Amino acid sequence: MNITLSITKNIHNWLFSIMPEGVASITEMVLIAVVYLAIFAVAGLYLVLLERKVAAWFQLRIGPNRVGWWGLLQTMADALKLVSKELTGTVKADKFLYNLAPYFVIVSALMALAVFPFTQEFQAFDINIGILFLIAISSIGVIGILLGGWSSNNKFALIGAMRSGVQTISYELSVGLSLLTMILITGSLQLSEIVEVQKNGWLIVQGHIPAVIAFMIYMIAGTAETNRAPFDLVEAESELGAGFHTEYSGMKFAYFFLAEFINMFIIAAIATTVFFGAWLSPFGITESIPLLGVVWFLGKTLIIVFLMMWFRWTFPRLRIDQLLTLEWKYLLPLNLLNLVLMALIVWLNLTIQF
Amino acid sequence: MTNEALQNLISSWIPELEFTEEGSQFLNITVQPEQLHQLMSQLKTNSETSFDYLFCLSGVDWGKELGVVYHLESTTHRHIVVVKVQTEDRENPTLDTVSNLWLTADFHECEVFDFFGIIFNNHPNLKRLFLTEDWDGFPLRKDYVDEINMVIK
Amino acid sequence: MDTNIATSNLKSEDYFINMGPQHPATHGVLRLLLTIDGEIIKKVEPDLGYIHRSIEKMCERDSYQQIVHLTDRMDYLSSHINNEAVCLTVENALQLEIPERVKVIRTIIGELTRIASHTLWWGVMGMDVGALTTYFYGFRDRELINDIFEETCGARLTMNYNIPGGLMFDIHPNFVKRTKEFIAHFKTKLPEYDRLLTGNVIFQKRMKGVGILTKEDAISFGASGPVGRGSGYSCDVRKHHPYSALDKVTFKEVLRTEGDSLARYEVRIQEMWESMSIIEQLIDNIPEGDVQVATNAVIKLPKGEFYQKVETARGELGVYVISTGTKNPYRLKFRSPGFSNLSLLNHIAVGGKIGDLVASMATLDIVVPDIDR
Repeated sequence: MNITLSITKNIHNWLFSIMPEGVASITEMVLIAVVYLAIFAVAGLYLVLLERKVAAWFQLRIGPNRVGWWGLLQTMADALKLVSKELTGTVKADKFLYNLAPYFVIVSALMALAVFPFTQEFQAFDINIGILFLIAISSIGVIGILLGGWSSNNKFALIGAMRSGVQTISYELSVGLSLLTMILITGSLQLSEIVEVQKNGWLIVQGHIPAVIAFMIYMIAGTAETNRAPFDLVEAESELGAGFHTEYSGMKFAYFFLAEFINMFIIAAIATTVFFGAWLSPFGITESIPLLGVVWFLGKTLIIVFLMMWFRWTFPRLRIDQLLTLEWKYLLPLNLLNLVLMALIVWLNLTIQF
Repeated sequence: MTNEALQNLISSWIPELEFTEEGSQFLNITVQPEQLHQLMSQLKTNSETSFDYLFCLSGVDWGKELGVVYHLESTTHRHIVVVKVQTEDRENPTLDTVSNLWLTADFHECEVFDFFGIIFNNHPNLKRLFLTEDWDGFPLRKDYVDEINMVIK
Repeated sequence: MDTNIATSNLKSEDYFINMGPQHPATHGVLRLLLTIDGEIIKKVEPDLGYIHRSIEKMCERDSYQQIVHLTDRMDYLSSHINNEAVCLTVENALQLEIPERVKVIRTIIGELTRIASHTLWWGVMGMDVGALTTYFYGFRDRELINDIFEETCGARLTMNYNIPGGLMFDIHPNFVKRTKEFIAHFKTKLPEYDRLLTGNVIFQKRMKGVGILTKEDAISFGASGPVGRGSGYSCDVRKHHPYSALDKVTFKEVLRTEGDSLARYEVRIQEMWESMSIIEQLIDNIPEGDVQVATNAVIKLPKGEFYQKVETARGELGVYVISTGTKNPYRLKFRSPGFSNLSLLNHIAVGGKIGDLVASMATLDIVVPDIDR
């Protein structure tokens, strides 16, 4: 069907021909993991570059422009610098938890990437509870933040970590419920099937009014989930210095940093998959070339990523009590009502389908 | 109120005050340390004077005496008066605080304590504000000597 | 067993946080010792002196011309106005007749300094509440003012343009043109500030009703400048004790009665408009004439006491000189606006959240060298 798939088929067949079945499938999994890791480590770095460029445009600056053409190698250089930096830490830190924390954060971020359908057939792990898996995995990251803040024996870090805990627990609800609203239309948690349903129109069109409300709630809660401005109380540099990662340096800090950007990508990718038809092109204009699905998927995701960057560089930060008020007094009741509304619409067959 | 009227009014409260306008653009009142707090609270609370704005509180080392100069302004009548108080005790100079009358005196008196060593009675939180707790001496006094940090020409 | 935590023998301690001396929100080396209960502030104790240079002691050693240069290093964001304060004290003491040209130029540069200081404050204030973009907008406009200063005074920050008796030299030929260009430019850019930050819902929620200072407390704490005027306390030295050419211009003293952080914010934004109007009234008719009057090489003030108030960007700066008739002051005291304004921080921050503390401190517009003189 296309070249990429035939290459993977060939590798698959070759692996199974030279070694026993069990070893072959484990090798295959490791290979896929390494490929994903390589792709998204680099993608994360370029998201950082994108963020810096977007920020520069918002702020009347040029942004990175010295390392590589148009600054394209800037974040690579930064990563190299971070790798070579000394790993410092406080004397009274709980060393085991302190060292464990960054891995929790980065691993949970990378795990979530496995389930996205980048295009037809390009999906590492098409689990039948895809959405549930995503929600579950994305909340593991907060354990890493809590551990990091608690174990580094720094008061600013501790306050940052506690803020993160309260924030993630609260906004998890809204993320879950707004996605659940959309599940009412698809009737399946499997991501490939969610995409299949959208061949009759993207879910944001199918579900019209409640879908738009759900998308807005999802974007607010998703931004809060990733601890980005205007919900960046966890790091709040003017209040807490650097928040939970105050005492981290070098590569351990880089993990936290990279995880933030991968998380942002994940939030945008979920939105793309659930609301905007994943790799489907509008009106099926490029249906004959499945490989272009990747372009569509990444294009839609990057637009939403840009939206989140736009939030960050224009909004001031909320205060902690305002943050909780917004979630528990406004978003959550609205979400529940919206869920009922969507149920009614699905029940009465009022969805728009082409 | 004119300076003359102020002088007449204030001297009717406490007769021992000394008034002068010489060498200054404001009316100067010199008061004995024992009567300082009484005078100050009357200056603030009396509706005809109502000096509610203490805009400057400076410590001064007069050589023999240590003193504090209070610059007072009324935000309703817009007249200004300067109150001076001195004490000859250089070992253990003590004055009454005015921080209960003007909240700004809290910090300013700490500053004077820090640099001149004047102790203010009844001050809620008298401590060294700028220098470290174990600093030796009071730098703005005229007899302060620091051979390392001070360049004297 | 006693299960009630309040009455049981569990030990409880206050939770202290050291904000500073190196901290992004303290705008310099200021240390705040916070006692907090979760997120709520129970006490704020400023710890000062990290950059104290004892300028007052140095002044007792220096001549009056030298003292002017020291004042640049106090409130470095309104260095011109600080210089002016000392020069005015000396000139009044010597009863020098200062040319009109000097007065007008001093006032124009003073108001430009105020705008420069407020734009920087606006940028940094946005950063403190988490809106990072404001910083660059504020600096964009401030750079233009600094360019004007650089052309005329040769320096961008510590200007040293005033000397007792006038100005060091005449203004640059481009000064008038460039100042007009700046005013025209800034009139289109200042509404941008409102669009970017003032109208934002989150910003309004963060500022409204936060850090409330009543008028009585403002007077009692000796608050001055926009901090006092945000509480409805008419304390503009330019109005009540006009100096230089300020008695020739008409301008409005900006007053707000709410006394919260938003009021202090709005006062500063409005003040920039007023400063522009003052400059516009003066820039077209700068009188011709000398820019200096001759003074002795060694200035000796007559015996006596002299006090001069000026309005810096942060509030009322007082210079109190006691002279014994020699070439140095016997005692020189700077009544700095930041010192009094900082002393009320504990009063307005207690009971609020950590975020509120940062927001209210930003609206106090503290410059630490001004406090640690």
